Amino acid sequence: MTLVYAGCASHAPGITGRADQADPETRDAFYAAYDGMRADIEASGAEALIVLAAEHFANFFMDNMPSFAIGMADFYDGPIEDPAWLGIDRFRAPGNRDLSQRLISEVMQTVDVSYAEEWKIDHGIAVPLHFLTPRFDLPVIPANINCQGPPLTPLHRAWAFGEALRQAVDSVPEKIALVGTGGISHWPATPDSGKINEAWDRDFLDRWQRNDRDALLDYDDLSVYSEAGQGGFEIRTFIATSAAALGAPGTVHFYAPIPIFAVGCTIASYDLEGFPAPDST
Amino acid sequence: MSLYYVQKFLYHLNRDPAVQVAYREDPGAALASYELTDEEVEALTVPDIGLLYVLGVNGQILMHFAAFHQVAWADYLQQMRDGVAAYGPVREGVYAMTGFEGVEGAASP
Ligand SMILES: [Fe+2]
Repeated sequence: MTLVYAGCASHAPGITGRADQADPETRDAFYAAYDGMRADIEASGAEALIVLAAEHFANFFMDNMPSFAIGMADFYDGPIEDPAWLGIDRFRAPGNRDLSQRLISEVMQTVDVSYAEEWKIDHGIAVPLHFLTPRFDLPVIPANINCQGPPLTPLHRAWAFGEALRQAVDSVPEKIALVGTGGISHWPATPDSGKINEAWDRDFLDRWQRNDRDALLDYDDLSVYSEAGQGGFEIRTFIATSAAALGAPGTVHFYAPIPIFAVGCTIASYDLEGFPAPDST
Repeated sequence: MSLYYVQKFLYHLNRDPAVQVAYREDPGAALASYELTDEEVEALTVPDIGLLYVLGVNGQILMHFAAFHQVAWADYLQQMRDGVAAYGPVREGVYAMTGFEGVEGAASP
């Protein structure tokens, strides 16, 4: 069993790009929680970090949109955005092509994942990396789910992808950390940017902490859109992470709406120890 | 309307420096190989961020186009609001699912 860490974090570009416009106290508490996630990942001994994000049209477009994709290269360049706009300098993150290939081959046994030998990192992965491996010294494996271009990946397939990822991670000797990234409710890059449905977020996080599969899958796109905005479609990355945790209970370390970041900023993780229970199948 | 091709051009522009150079030098030529209406060509040339939003361009693509044109974040949001005021609700794409939601809930500029 080599999944050594599983958690979720926000990735909105304002987190780094509009840092100076946020309430300093809330912002710094959020950054501190992100630092805590980095410390936990380092303490886990992880030898690679899978960042599972939402596609934002950095790599894929509606001429050929995968439901799921995983990077399979020895390096990944980013950010695709203007560095000044995002507040993150250009970087080359190390990958591990061989490890990616072994993971992808295993995921493919149950989920038809696309692989990509070239992958441009956008804010969905760059913002988490900025906090989690600021020196770019941990091999990264980018992965994503179609959360933007309808028809979207169904939620139960996001769950299946998470299970397949776990099976794959447990099939290789390397210790691996998994971080799902995305919003909960938000209306990013629209006139409603800054709107956050905190009650909806807290209800979702309650389901996430309990790792309650039925409750996590009990959403439909129309109600998510009307209550949580198109950014709410990114719950798929949280749901896949839940599935990968195989029933482990979660903890929300930080949650606070930060309107200028356009999202309810979240840091959460699963307590993987003892899960799955030895007698479970 | 050919929202698909409007977004495809912006997708190429956002990730390909060569397309950025071509578009800066001669927008009309850069746009010529895409199946676009006159209205779409104009929106992409002016550029008219508000109209592009109303045409249905996804914000994950549009915000980079605005940044490319050095439009500040608050101005980008305002131009989309002005677009809705001038041209009406979003016509197509993911934001047309339930129509424009208004901006009352927006807690930041
Ligand atoms: Fe996102």
